[in-house]
Amino acid sequence: MSVITLQLGQCGNQIGGQLFQTFMDDILTKPSQTQVPPDKNETYKDEVLSRFFYKDQMKEGLPEARAVMVDMEPKVIAQICCDAKKSGQWVYPAKQQLCQQKGSGNNWAHGYCIHGQGQEVKVMEMVQREAEKCDNLSGFLSLMSVAGGTGSGVGAYITECIKDEFPHAFLLNQVVLPYSMGEVIVQNYNAVLTLSHLYRNADALIVMENDHIQKICSQLLDLKKISFRDINNVITHKLASVLQPVCVDKYPGYSCQNTLGELMEHLVPHSDYKLLTVKNIPQMSEAAMTFSSYQWHGLLKHLRQMLIADAAMEEGINWQVKLGDETPRGSSRHNRSLANFLVLRGKDAGSVDTSMFADPTLYAPWVPSGACLLTGAQPRLFSNYEKSASLVSNSRTPVQTLDRIVDKAWSMFSSRAYVHQYVKHGLAEEDFLDSFVTLEQVIASYNNL
Amino acid sequence: MTQSIVVQVGQCGNQIGCRFWDLALREHAAVSKSGLYDESIGSFFRNVDSRYDDPADIPLGTGRGKIRSLKARAVLVDMEEGVVNEMMKGPLKEVFDFQQLITDVSGAGNNWAVGHKMYGTQYKEKLTDVIRRAAEFCDCLQCFFVIHSMGGGTGSGVGTFILNLLEEEYPDIYRFVTAVYPSAEDDVITSPYNSVLAMRELTEKADCVLPVENQALMDIVNKVSKSVPSLKTGKKTFSGLSETMKAGSAITTGEGGTVSKAEERPFDSMNNIVANLLLNMTSSARFEGSLNVDLNEITMNLVPFPRLHYLVSSQSPLYAIADVKLPPRRLDQMFSDAFSKDHQLLRSDPKRSLYLACALMVRGNVEISDVRRNIDRLKPNLQFIHWNQEGWKTGLCSVAPVGQPYSLLTLANNTCVHHTFTDLKDRFVKLYKRKAHIHHYTHIDGMELSDFSDSLECLNTIITDYRDLERQLSNPPPTEPRLQVMT
Repeated sequence: MSVITLQLGQCGNQIGGQLFQTFMDDILTKPSQTQVPPDKNETYKDEVLSRFFYKDQMKEGLPEARAVMVDMEPKVIAQICCDAKKSGQWVYPAKQQLCQQKGSGNNWAHGYCIHGQGQEVKVMEMVQREAEKCDNLSGFLSLMSVAGGTGSGVGAYITECIKDEFPHAFLLNQVVLPYSMGEVIVQNYNAVLTLSHLYRNADALIVMENDHIQKICSQLLDLKKISFRDINNVITHKLASVLQPVCVDKYPGYSCQNTLGELMEHLVPHSDYKLLTVKNIPQMSEAAMTFSSYQWHGLLKHLRQMLIADAAMEEGINWQVKLGDETPRGSSRHNRSLANFLVLRGKDAGSVDTSMFADPTLYAPWVPSGACLLTGAQPRLFSNYEKSASLVSNSRTPVQTLDRIVDKAWSMFSSRAYVHQYVKHGLAEEDFLDSFVTLEQVIASYNNL
Repeated sequence: MTQSIVVQVGQCGNQIGCRFWDLALREHAAVSKSGLYDESIGSFFRNVDSRYDDPADIPLGTGRGKIRSLKARAVLVDMEEGVVNEMMKGPLKEVFDFQQLITDVSGAGNNWAVGHKMYGTQYKEKLTDVIRRAAEFCDCLQCFFVIHSMGGGTGSGVGTFILNLLEEEYPDIYRFVTAVYPSAEDDVITSPYNSVLAMRELTEKADCVLPVENQALMDIVNKVSKSVPSLKTGKKTFSGLSETMKAGSAITTGEGGTVSKAEERPFDSMNNIVANLLLNMTSSARFEGSLNVDLNEITMNLVPFPRLHYLVSSQSPLYAIADVKLPPRRLDQMFSDAFSKDHQLLRSDPKRSLYLACALMVRGNVEISDVRRNIDRLKPNLQFIHWNQEGWKTGLCSVAPVGQPYSLLTLANNTCVHHTFTDLKDRFVKLYKRKAHIHHYTHIDGMELSDFSDSLECLNTIITDYRDLERQLSNPPPTEPRLQVMT
């Protein structure tokens, strides 16, 4: 089953480039260090290659990433393609890049109404071409930030087109929420418009926040000067830890089953709830890795508390929050989920007791107990961690941030500041209101879990 | 990549333009040492085969062709010949050709009406042609930079006429105006008239105006020359600090450019500051960086309401320290300096007024975490409007300016501009009350008395708009409650 990646805008392209490199680095780990027998290692390699890369059997050459790249400025795409070529391990397919000369200038309306509609035919042609290279298309993974104009505006438009053209393919959007301040002033408007449009079309949204990731970089990875490259490394680590092959417990006999469809079928049981977050443990600098050893039980206990107390990383978790705590008004104090997907990688991953994540109090009362937890295991070592666990959850985690974004955008919208810039490119005030309504609905749904 | 055209009008505009091209050449020479004609140099220059009379462009191709002969994407307009002629004799003559020039002999006599109504109408066709020619050389034209002064006749009059022309002919191309405002002690008596008349056009037709004040530039030059030992006089200084300072790296010097020290004229150091402003503002669109800021992002982020598009700028450091080891203290100082009163290119104090939005354009070896740290540090001392408490826009360009490890340009939409505009209005009203000099204007064809009252009205609205926003600082209006949804 193959996945086509859409890299949209500067952020999407930079993450995409690093994501494919992470996939490659993972499968090119020395077989002796993978902790698995050579034949298992080969199956894993083949699965990754067919999932994310394409290789024409008739021709010599490096594997090509199954990717379509779109940006309205040429600089970033040129750089990313060049970096891939330099690695000597993989390349981007030729002619699957679209760039224009002029960027969208942080204006969502410019990206959506002008560039999106203008480039629709060309982008869809490229997507079609990529899809034809797949024997078995499982779905699309699109990477974008919600703050800028190109990734967010063009991204939202292209997502709609893909939904129309490939109604049966799964569509997973990975969106990066910007720093709470400092990047783009109209970022909250852009975020509201993007998220509301994606919510209508995508099957699920994996939400990552720059603020959290910055904290992971400074506190866990011990980096002093944090660049966007470091931030993207954490993002790609999270994504790869979920997307690289694992065996899912539901089907013990099969080798690799965490396809996009499987993920989404399990994680998105209701179309009002589409926001996913990824939590990882452990995360540390390479220097610290040599001195650390973990037991599965300890790791999972931490990860569970991260989920309950809604912590983005393992440091500074609030251990006071207990399951079953209730506020005076009857809603739970702990973070409630709809569904979780637990991925274990490393030594003895297949024989770990994960029942502590199946506790019904973790989940909304109407979720049937059999449908709440899915576990995937892969004995192969991942990213040099002897044991590591990732948890994809459909929970209240992103709602707080979403609420903050809507709040700020609304306060700006009440003064009608910057609205003229959007109107100039064909958006109306009603479009803003529609988007606000959509997101208020999402927030309310999650708060009532 | 996109291209931009610089339209320099009048004596002041051309002198600044001249410094701009010199420094732009110096910058690109420092970045691309191999002498190739790549996209980044193509944003301001054409590459031509100068063996021919009307040289056609050598196409960019893969960006690996050699530079043959560079021509500036510029239009030079002056109603006197002096400055432009001098330029065409000077070391920069090769980057311009005569088809880019529009000159007259008699000047506009410090009269906006002569520039705007008389010369404007007379030269309309020629201006259109010359601008069109420059535009046709661009693959993807992004922006016009118009540079002129506000006090004189040619700059303010013809400059704003061109602005109208650009709006008519190229409505989708951004129009950035760098306008030099006269000092209060300006020797041109009619400068308040000219400035106010020009301001109406800037308010209505420009996408973005960067007001720069003569007096503020002069203050910066004095500040720099006090701390950097002057090379020209060979005067020795005994302060320990100045020995570590690189004299050639100050923001006011043009060292390393084609104009040699001996030829430097008195206004050059002031003009260098403005030229650097333009270079730093466009650097993120021309060079690599981890957080690019294209020119259209500047208006998008900094202009919340269409007419309030006056941006106060400041630059730091004013000169580089010779020791290249970068203690973070120096880096933080750069951020602090950029918000201090004496680094602003307008005589105003944004710290004491209200920010609507602020952009930090950083160049050189600075990471996003450095910027965030400094925003967190500075923010408590700055006041932002209630709906834009996080109104920061950041640009990171990895190419530092020549001779400096890093630099910072801030562009702020701040209500403090209303003080400058009020001063200007007061000077205008003083003259206008007596109807002094009005007849010099009204006898020009097409000039009406109502132009004066309308322009004053327009200026008044801008002042009130900014002042009303500033008042929201002490009593913010109640915000609408958020939308309620059925659950």
